Amino acid sequence: MTDVTITVNGREMKGSVEDRTLLVQFLRENLGLTGTHVGCDTSQCGACVVHVDGKAVKSCTMLAVQASGSSVTTIEGLAEGQELHPVQAAFREHHGLQCGYCTPGMIMTAVDMINRHGASLDEETVREELDGNICRCTGYHNIVKAILSAAGASQAPAMAAE
Amino acid sequence: MGVEGIGAKVLRKEDRRFITGRGRYVDDMSVPGMKYAAFVRSPHAHARITGIDTSAAESMPGVIGVLNGQQLQGDGIGNLICGWAVSSKDGTPMKMGAWPALASGTVRHVGQAVAIVVADTQAKARDAAEAVVVDYEELPVVTKAVDALKDGAPQLHPEAPGNLIFDWELGDKSATDEAFSRAAHVTRLHIHNNRLVPNPMEPRAALGVYDPAEDHYTCWTTSQNPHVARLVMSAFYNVAPEHKLRVIAPDVGGGFGSKIYIYPEEIVCLWASKRTGVPVKWTSDRSEAFLTDAHGRDHETEVELALDADNKILGLKVETIANLGAYMSLFSSSVPTYLYATLLSGQYDIPAIYANVKAVYTNTVPVDAYRGAGRPEATYVVERTMETAARELGISPAEFRRKNFIRSFPHQTPVIMAYDAGDFDATLNAGMQAADVAGFEARREEAKSRGKLRGLGMSCYIEACGIAPSKAVGSLGAGVGLWESAEVRVNPVGTIEILTGSHSHGQGHETTFSQLVAERFGLPVENVQVIHGDTDKVQFGMGTYGSRSGAVGMSAIHKALDKVEAKAKKIAAHVLEADEGDIVIENGEVKVAGTDKKLGWHEVCLGAYTGHNLPDGMEPGLKEGAFYDPTNFTFPAGCYICEVEVDPETGTTEIVQFVAADDFGRVINPMIVEGQVHGGLAQGIGQAILESTHYDDSGQLTTASYMDYAMPRAWDLPNFKVSTTETLCPGNPLGMKGCGEAGAIGSPPAVINAITDAIGNNELTMPATPEKVWKALNAVR
Repeated sequence: MTDVTITVNGREMKGSVEDRTLLVQFLRENLGLTGTHVGCDTSQCGACVVHVDGKAVKSCTMLAVQASGSSVTTIEGLAEGQELHPVQAAFREHHGLQCGYCTPGMIMTAVDMINRHGASLDEETVREELDGNICRCTGYHNIVKAILSAAGASQAPAMAAE
Repeated sequence: MGVEGIGAKVLRKEDRRFITGRGRYVDDMSVPGMKYAAFVRSPHAHARITGIDTSAAESMPGVIGVLNGQQLQGDGIGNLICGWAVSSKDGTPMKMGAWPALASGTVRHVGQAVAIVVADTQAKARDAAEAVVVDYEELPVVTKAVDALKDGAPQLHPEAPGNLIFDWELGDKSATDEAFSRAAHVTRLHIHNNRLVPNPMEPRAALGVYDPAEDHYTCWTTSQNPHVARLVMSAFYNVAPEHKLRVIAPDVGGGFGSKIYIYPEEIVCLWASKRTGVPVKWTSDRSEAFLTDAHGRDHETEVELALDADNKILGLKVETIANLGAYMSLFSSSVPTYLYATLLSGQYDIPAIYANVKAVYTNTVPVDAYRGAGRPEATYVVERTMETAARELGISPAEFRRKNFIRSFPHQTPVIMAYDAGDFDATLNAGMQAADVAGFEARREEAKSRGKLRGLGMSCYIEACGIAPSKAVGSLGAGVGLWESAEVRVNPVGTIEILTGSHSHGQGHETTFSQLVAERFGLPVENVQVIHGDTDKVQFGMGTYGSRSGAVGMSAIHKALDKVEAKAKKIAAHVLEADEGDIVIENGEVKVAGTDKKLGWHEVCLGAYTGHNLPDGMEPGLKEGAFYDPTNFTFPAGCYICEVEVDPETGTTEIVQFVAADDFGRVINPMIVEGQVHGGLAQGIGQAILESTHYDDSGQLTTASYMDYAMPRAWDLPNFKVSTTETLCPGNPLGMKGCGEAGAIGSPPAVINAITDAIGNNELTMPATPEKVWKALNAVR
């Protein structure tokens, strides 16, 4: 067992974990932050994406001990009180979620994408950078739309049935 | 309609918890004293178990117990069953092989559960499962249905000689033969419908809790139909008496059919909780999901279409071999029969149809309903054949379809279904306009100048939803009725709870069901709470599959609202001293029409509960229930048009445009309907170009992870152009048809028709990977 200290959503959290404990397991089981999900076992689906020191990371692919000393933001830490983060609001506004299971990872990936690209984000880049996040419900159409909207992108995709 | 009533784009009420990480899925549940399960699974596709040694596992730290199939049988836990009886054409019943929740004796597919380990942590349970030593005597393996029917094939179940589950037929063979004898042209095609893995993003999970003080069981499970799960677990599997078993399906992360069935794991977790005295939670990992979630499709079909000299269809003959895997899953028998052959008439007036279906055991994961369930297979057969016939005859595929459309309703097909309403010209016209079919040849030429091969393909699908009239399905062998129930509880302050037997796992019921109340009483949707997925709260219901939550589930709510409205009007008429017939309810007020006399909705509701001033003899309270049994299936239909560009150097297909023009009857929330179509299209396009399920000769599933099974990603898909036309369904009070499966049903043939058009070779099987497309292209160059 190894002691870890991780700042999670702004609060310093301590725990004692088996060395093999994944960051996602620490978040879900030790801290009860069940918003971060596990959808696969090969680091492909991205349901577990969180931010570690400001960068999007698949928390199933990082050991809790590796994250010790880092600052982690999960989906639970994104909104400011009752005020939704603009990306959360955009996912709701554009129906970018159905069953909700991939949604936390999608949103955390999208926030990271927007942080890096800002308003220059275009549809091609969004689709390319969603490569590590799988959604089985939406066909991505409304996820792409939500991300572009949240980015304030001038180049809105051509959408039917608006 | 009001701003939140029927037809309004109301943003989803359920979203806030999902976008803030507060969804509650089964794996998020935790109860005091909870321990973790791991299953020991067969590494062999077919083998006899000659011994199980659990001693090493039992002595490992943190291990609470290891249980096997003999103990399960000893405790009287029953075998898994298939709940739809289908008979062969000679009248013999289907051959159901024994399927114990933990194997004892023989394993028949890789991944079949052999034992369960319960331990302090998931990691310790998995470590200990690795330490269970099972001795196997390997047996010969067969994974393809065609091979399983051959003489000398490995035999799976003693109950099913030749691995044949049933040899079933539908339609009039002699009339069809006679029609073919008059044919001027016959189109023949071999159709392969590839096996798919449903892959909802939330893996299955179960938490079984036995309370010895009350002799009571609770099962949290990832289910689309918790009441059916409770019934089957109690009546057939003998895990717990029905009145002592509570089944809860909380937030469920997608289903697509795969979470209809009652799987070995939830049965075993409940049983293990009683055996070990601790709550037992199991969560599937993705590899287990590939090896144990029911798969979909897997048909091989020979089809023949007979045409007269005027290109009118005379008849259709279909011979299908359906792979049902190693065991008969809960509704597996209905999928390649009553959900498949009954749709072979498509949108066309076909005087004679004959279908013969052989269902077969193989050493593969059981196959059952997956989004569309039989109807995608039927649509693929019909629409690939229609396109092929048009090409053989050198006529326009659109005009050939139009020439054969059904235009008068009701229309009785030769294969059971009576279509009640539709306008196939309307969806075809809408699709062709949206796709700018007229401008296609210019786009093809432009693509050619860039060295790309552009192709256009269409598909005019019809499907049957609103599953289903209980009497009709009973006569066809279903073990259950397929009605739905609802209860509307009006609180004394006027807020409303809707309890429904439908189950939402992404469909947005909390929003659309609330819209019915907004429409009816003019109350804000925020004043409505939708409750589902808990057998302790909701009266018996049948759950969600077959696009039934709207046409059946909402019809039940509609009926219950009728009763609430009638009682509220009676109370208001009494209080306001008016005639009941003059009372109207709108914008949250109960008024006497044509006067200024009115009560607030909340005043009527409070009055119902105080009982101070009710009509003589009226019971207090305002709560009504209803059961709704549909009178017919509903028939969503539409036209899908796909445009592709193939790179002849690499065989890569890009979907450059996808148009969906659907007729779903009345639309409650267009935003949600569009979302359902998008998702269905993604799964159908996935089937057409990406998703391949491959077994090697030893029965190992070589596509059992997201590294190997090509899930559609954002990059693979275009933006979709979707629209709806509307003919109301006459069979239910809201005129709804259902929209959940259409995208997956209609899209695969449109994609393959487009690719084969681009490359000029009609011989192409799904998934049309770059390798296959490149080979098909070069075979004709």
